[in-house]
Amino acid sequence: MTKVSNVVDDAGAQYLLRLGDACLVLSHRLSEWCGHAPMLEEDLALGNIALDLLGQARALLTRAGQLQAQAGGPALDEDQLAYLREERHFLNPVLMELPRGDFAFTQTRNLMVACWLLPLWDRLRASSDAEVAAIAGKAVKEVQYHQQHAADWVVRLGDGTEESTRRMQAALAQLWPYVGELFASDDIDAAAQASGLGPSWAELRDDWDSAMAAVLAEAKLPRPQDTPHVYAGRRGVHSEHMGHMLSTMQMLQRTYPGGVW
Amino acid sequence: MVRPALPPTSDAAHDQGCGRLSAAWEVLGQVLDPEVPAVSLVELGIVRDLRETADGVEVVLTPTYSGCPATEAIEQQVREALARFGTVTVTLQRAPAWTTDWITPEGREKLRAYGIAPPGPVAAGQGVPIRLVRPAAGSGAQAVSCPRCGSAQTQRLSAFGSTACKSLYRCLACREPFEFFKPL
Repeated sequence: MTKVSNVVDDAGAQYLLRLGDACLVLSHRLSEWCGHAPMLEEDLALGNIALDLLGQARALLTRAGQLQAQAGGPALDEDQLAYLREERHFLNPVLMELPRGDFAFTQTRNLMVACWLLPLWDRLRASSDAEVAAIAGKAVKEVQYHQQHAADWVVRLGDGTEESTRRMQAALAQLWPYVGELFASDDIDAAAQASGLGPSWAELRDDWDSAMAAVLAEAKLPRPQDTPHVYAGRRGVHSEHMGHMLSTMQMLQRTYPGGVW
Repeated sequence: MVRPALPPTSDAAHDQGCGRLSAAWEVLGQVLDPEVPAVSLVELGIVRDLRETADGVEVVLTPTYSGCPATEAIEQQVREALARFGTVTVTLQRAPAWTTDWITPEGREKLRAYGIAPPGPVAAGQGVPIRLVRPAAGSGAQAVSCPRCGSAQTQRLSAFGSTACKSLYRCLACREPFEFFKPL
């Protein structure tokens, strides 16, 4: 039997997959809250944010598949990329795949990701790839609402009760070691910057730091210390949680290959 | 018949001959948004263009939200509605990104009558830094008038509502809950 691995090796396609997989994986983690959020309004809010992220992921995976095909690879569509790739071929940073944790963990991660996506989408509006620029033009507007929503919760919980403050501090401590990967440079990143496809992620650090600092100060939460280790999800090296998540996310397509609605 | 807020980009003289395009616009003006069935696709401002092709018509649509699950349903509705004009080609065009500013004045009135407060101008709500205002100190969000009684004494209950494009409010005057179409 032929093994289907759907490897994407074009540098531009990989650059887009890093972002597309980040959106896809976080979308899946947020969708896990459906029916479990602490209140109905938050169930709806997390579901809506997950839906926006999924739409952005679909567009990016589609474009990545096209770039891969232009580079002489197989023509892979969004479904083949989402459902029929193996763990080592997903290129999202590890931050997005961590289990959803408690509500404090989810909102803290949402803020971290939104503060990173906002300057990234903003710069991608000037991408040399017209389709990527068009996707960014829409996404940058959506992510502002995500950022505002997460910031509201981080302030409310950070400067809330003793219990909510304790949980927020624990969430920050758990999540902070994964931040470094969001701003690490490598050859894929450099190639995208050189071709004008998108910015080097390291460029986003100052915007991220100042947005996070403003919210954390208002929430009266101390900023954790940076840690030296840089995770390698962007090169396909994931945490132990990723495989479990994919087994759920890909179950239907793995069980009924080629099945469509 | 309601024309879109922005004129279609195809040659306007093109449809004056046989009136087919005018008729097709009229049909599109009757196709309602599946999630907000108070307004038509034209009033919502998502029909970017309509042009004649060799064997039918081509409709250019701009999706509202990246993840809007109604996109496929809308495409299908457009195909069915325009079937009598021949082969219907539906093209999705992302840029320029759809904005609530493209909702027509008629569309805004229909939203209000339906119980959804229409969006304000986008410039007021977009591109601003994060607002760090406690809920207790006032919402910090823009004033939204109740679509039922018109009172400005309203309160936001949730930033996200039944669909990605709306948030939940309640009116402190008439006590009715309502939805607000967010500026995007």
